[in-house]
Amino acid sequence: MNITKHASLTAAALLLAPSLAQAEISGDAVKIGYLADMSGTYRDLAGPGGLEALNMAVEDFGGEINGAPIEVLSADDRNSADVGANTVRGWIDQDDVDLVAGMVASSVTIAVTNILKQKDKLGIVSGSAASSITNEHCTPNHIHWVYDTYPMANGTAKAIVDEGGDTWFLLTADYAFGHALESDVETVVKENGGEIVGKVRHPFPTNDFSSYILQAQGSGAKIVGLANAGSDTVNALTTASQFGLVQSGQTLAGLLIFLNDVHALGLDVTQGLQLTTGWYWDMDDESREWANRYFERTQRMPTMVQAGIYSSTLHYLNAVAETGSDAAATVREQMAATPVNDMFADDGRIREDGRMVHDMYLVEVKSPSESEGEWDLYEILRTIPAEEAFRPLSESQCSLVKG
Amino acid sequence: MTTIFGIPLMVLFGQLLLGLINGAFYALLSLGLAVIFGLLKVINFAHGAQYMLGAFAALLGLEYLELDYWLALLIVPLVVGALGILIERFLLRRIQHIDHLYGLLLTFGLALIFEGTLVNLFGVSGSSYPVPEVLAGGFNLGFMFLPTYRAWVLVAALVVCLFTWFMIESTRLGAYLRAGTENPKLMQAFGVNVPLLVTLTYGFGVALAAFAGVLAAPIYPVSPTMGSSLLIVVFAVVVIGGMGSILGAILTGLAMGLIEGLTKVFYPEAANTVIFLVMIVVLLLRPTGLFGKEA
Repeated sequence: MNITKHASLTAAALLLAPSLAQAEISGDAVKIGYLADMSGTYRDLAGPGGLEALNMAVEDFGGEINGAPIEVLSADDRNSADVGANTVRGWIDQDDVDLVAGMVASSVTIAVTNILKQKDKLGIVSGSAASSITNEHCTPNHIHWVYDTYPMANGTAKAIVDEGGDTWFLLTADYAFGHALESDVETVVKENGGEIVGKVRHPFPTNDFSSYILQAQGSGAKIVGLANAGSDTVNALTTASQFGLVQSGQTLAGLLIFLNDVHALGLDVTQGLQLTTGWYWDMDDESREWANRYFERTQRMPTMVQAGIYSSTLHYLNAVAETGSDAAATVREQMAATPVNDMFADDGRIREDGRMVHDMYLVEVKSPSESEGEWDLYEILRTIPAEEAFRPLSESQCSLVKG
Repeated sequence: MTTIFGIPLMVLFGQLLLGLINGAFYALLSLGLAVIFGLLKVINFAHGAQYMLGAFAALLGLEYLELDYWLALLIVPLVVGALGILIERFLLRRIQHIDHLYGLLLTFGLALIFEGTLVNLFGVSGSSYPVPEVLAGGFNLGFMFLPTYRAWVLVAALVVCLFTWFMIESTRLGAYLRAGTENPKLMQAFGVNVPLLVTLTYGFGVALAAFAGVLAAPIYPVSPTMGSSLLIVVFAVVVIGGMGSILGAILTGLAMGLIEGLTKVFYPEAANTVIFLVMIVVLLLRPTGLFGKEA
């Protein structure tokens, strides 16, 4: 009996030995799953371009960590929480994926982060807007990298009120995200001494905004705020331009607008628009250098989300190399302990709620005469310091934040 | 100032005018659907995609061939219409003898293929098409600022609608078409080439959609998905007007534009739903639609 026990213990030890000798990288490979909307409304802000950015990060890192290859998988979540959740479950159970990157539609992200928590894997959210992802929906298993609705509302609205834009008319998309953004903006405007003189909640999605623009013109407000996103914002801006809203003395404030939207609309339509962004390709030498490399591969300049995917992936890979482990908790701890200094952020920092805080930028869209090229779209008006940009931890509802 | 339910009368005028302009779009698109349904009995689910193809063709024509707006307005409907003719000749005709539901499925599939291909090539953000210079700017009507281009859309759409209506109601070709709608077998027996008539009708309906697409290009961002959201509304307009009724499609299109315009002022949240509410009421009271003949 004793002999058998002894023998089996030895056998077990022998079996374990080789894996102990190597780094603690599960499955002998670091696997990254890229999940995003690859074909729908949000395709152009992350989508295939985000996958390219991720691949660039892997290539720049050298394609392997301590001899373990880095493998990239990708899937289209079609903006469906079900599709996203099932994909990620499959990735973790069958493909042994260590990190889920990308993640755009907030509903998909919240579903996926719950799975990451159950399975104890790591996720880096780059595309989503909802600030609740690191507030009431925070988990120890994900990090929110680029932006969220808090700095979008806070940055843009506060700056505009400070500059004298104290009467607002809001065009709100009539669903949860629009309502949240609307209430954030209302709070900021009122706190800073401004006034909301009117608002319209339009159906989602809306094709023709002419009626609402006419109502906004009739309101006499100085600022017309767009608490919507994607095609709604694009349509509203186009219509505002046709009806001469800016020419008649009103200013437009976009609360969730991406580089690809401005590029698609053109400067004739968007000139003078103020918005908040987490990154801009033409910010400094480092960002320009990276953006030009990206451009060579995709023929488009990267959005802040695509840049964030590159930055966060490199930060992750560095942490894996540093710790020699791909266990979620170890890597996240290492990532949080290291400040983010790269083409994306200066001295960015991952807080305990998973929010990566970094400087945000209030920008104004250039006029066609100011612009020197197809992608020369923004002028940076103000840097919003990290601590001012994001929701302070003192207001956090995240269970990971010790009150 | 005179007000109605708290809305100044002048503001209301502006909204009604905008409603009418949107209505003109609905009329133009539902007209094409109605013409196709009248003769082929096929609900052309590719209509939205064909409208989008019209806008895209105008945009690409401008970018690569320097095709200006006015030429595009003429050529694009012909090109997209020709594509429609190919679709009818080689696809729809093969299934015309079976349930028309298959026609719906086929056109729906085609719409998905067109949209998917263009999404892959151009992304979903879309691009803007410049307003032609002659029609840039706008004029102040006192109660609102009306962009010249929108006024042009209203005029152009109404002219094309009335022309089509006139052609179908008062010419020999139109008479064939109407007779073909009533009884294709008898028409064939009289020596009229009905299959050719069917092919040309489908091509014409598609050309109308493409024409609307070119008209829309300077107003809405040109993107592969621009047609799919509009199609359902236009389909509702055709149902309200009476499936296959030409005049019904035109008048209902304009009326729905007005009703939608008013909803946007009084209860904007319901603006996307109001047309469907009207559709339900009409179907309950008059199942064949406002202008449809009793079955």
